[in-house]
Amino acid sequence: MDQLANLLGYEFVRNAFVAGFIVAIVSGVISRFVVARDMSFGVHALSELGFTGAAGFVLLGLSPVLGLLTGAAVTAMFIGALGVRVRGRDTVVGVTMAFGLGLGVLFITLYPRYASEAFAILFGTITGVSRGDIALMLGIAAVTLVSLVIVYRPLTFATVDPDVAEARGVPVGALGVVFLLIMAAGVAEAVQVVGVLLILTLMITPGAAAERLTPRPGLAILWSVGIAIFCTLGGITLALVTNWPVSVFVTSLSFLWYLVARFALGPALQRRAARGSELVAS
Amino acid sequence: MAAIRFDDVTLGYAGRVIWSGLTLDIAPGTFTAIIGPNGSGKTSLLRAVLGLVRPSRGRIEVQGRAPRRGDPAIGYVPQHSFFDPDLPLRGRDLVRLGIDGHRWGIGLPNAAADARVSAAIGSVSAGAYANAPIGRLSGGEQQRLRIAQALVGDPSILLCDEPLANLDLRHQQGITDLIAGWRGTTGGAVLFVTHDINPVLGLVDRVLFVVNGRWAIGAPDEVLTSERLTELYGSHIDVVRVHDRVLVVGETTGALEPEAPHHLPDQLAEHEAGR
Repeated sequence: MDQLANLLGYEFVRNAFVAGFIVAIVSGVISRFVVARDMSFGVHALSELGFTGAAGFVLLGLSPVLGLLTGAAVTAMFIGALGVRVRGRDTVVGVTMAFGLGLGVLFITLYPRYASEAFAILFGTITGVSRGDIALMLGIAAVTLVSLVIVYRPLTFATVDPDVAEARGVPVGALGVVFLLIMAAGVAEAVQVVGVLLILTLMITPGAAAERLTPRPGLAILWSVGIAIFCTLGGITLALVTNWPVSVFVTSLSFLWYLVARFALGPALQRRAARGSELVAS
Repeated sequence: MAAIRFDDVTLGYAGRVIWSGLTLDIAPGTFTAIIGPNGSGKTSLLRAVLGLVRPSRGRIEVQGRAPRRGDPAIGYVPQHSFFDPDLPLRGRDLVRLGIDGHRWGIGLPNAAADARVSAAIGSVSAGAYANAPIGRLSGGEQQRLRIAQALVGDPSILLCDEPLANLDLRHQQGITDLIAGWRGTTGGAVLFVTHDINPVLGLVDRVLFVVNGRWAIGAPDEVLTSERLTELYGSHIDVVRVHDRVLVVGETTGALEPEAPHHLPDQLAEHEAGR
């Protein structure tokens, strides 16, 4: 505890916690929709092509974070234009991802001193986040969360019940593209903490654990955000104390949450709910 | 005023004519079954009424107006499809989406809407399982909740797209009873797509039978005859009544294929030539 209190005296530590908190909220909300829409592969593609964008921007002497965002957003629009329907979507994503990653390899090769920065983007750089980075992340988070609030109900409708949603006038296809763009922004955020390769630990696992804990859609999002915050802040703390990489702990904690939600807490809550409804019925 | 009016409507999809020259008035309080083989454009007709596809010719009116997306006068019941068992969504949430799921924003707690949801759930006798995850319910239970979802907006027209598919006989009966009850109390119009007329035979006022872009409309006894269906399919068809059930038996299965162009009627052939 004392050790942690001392560490909080450093600005980079405080920045890491603030950045981690922002990222956790955004990815917690998004991961619920990613899981419900079955878009794990899409998340992976956006993050890997975000890497290509970051590599390209660094080559041009520009901000890697903006490159990440640009790469992910361009990919999102491309996938959206080619097909957001579930059928055939993985194929489109795979085709796009392979080509984009190839470009990324080219960019790294062209930039001779790139190795360390590439490593940072691939595995996360949370302890290297500056105040300027935080301002940028806050901006992206604000846009992402406001967008999600605006589209929340029709996006939920289009996600769980697309046929009826369309019949009720919900622009199902357009919302699919909007969500891809929201995902791109979320990916650009989460890469700061866990990096491109481990993005799924924040963009999938909290949402997947949450759906084991409640049948209520709104409550599932709150669970997901809570789990993401726990794993991110907990992971940063453990990393600071042990000097091991943040990603190691974030991925372990989120996997642990998934196991607990699936095999212990989830079944226990379900039994309690079943007892409750029996009481009501009797 | 007709609930739905088709005036010389031709529907095309990917360069192919699927309906041609359909003229039909659906009166309030009537039950119209749309039957025909798979791929004969039954769903397309519903989509046109919902304003999701435009007819290539002719005019559709829903209560005197052109079809528009999200028309609150229309309730829609889709084919039963299973929800993921882990989807965090209760039957109650599904019904609620029928009220304001299409609106922007997150939606604030609303006691009036909750009361409407509860009333709709009660009207389909789904109260016992409305708070359970919907993916864990049986097909029949899910479909009851879908009826509640369609009716919660208090529509005057109910479009049903194969709502009995994948349900056992008992649940088919339950669903048709609910729809019949709704029509009886509200005087609403029902457009009911099905590949099997028998579960709804007792309710049907008119049958719209469609094969290969050709159609026949009339009371079940007029349309479901060997003569009419032979003419429609362009090959010999026997219509047999066994107890209260109607069986349609084809001489060759080839005639039931929707894409058989040599069976096009004169009227449709003219449209094709005119393009």
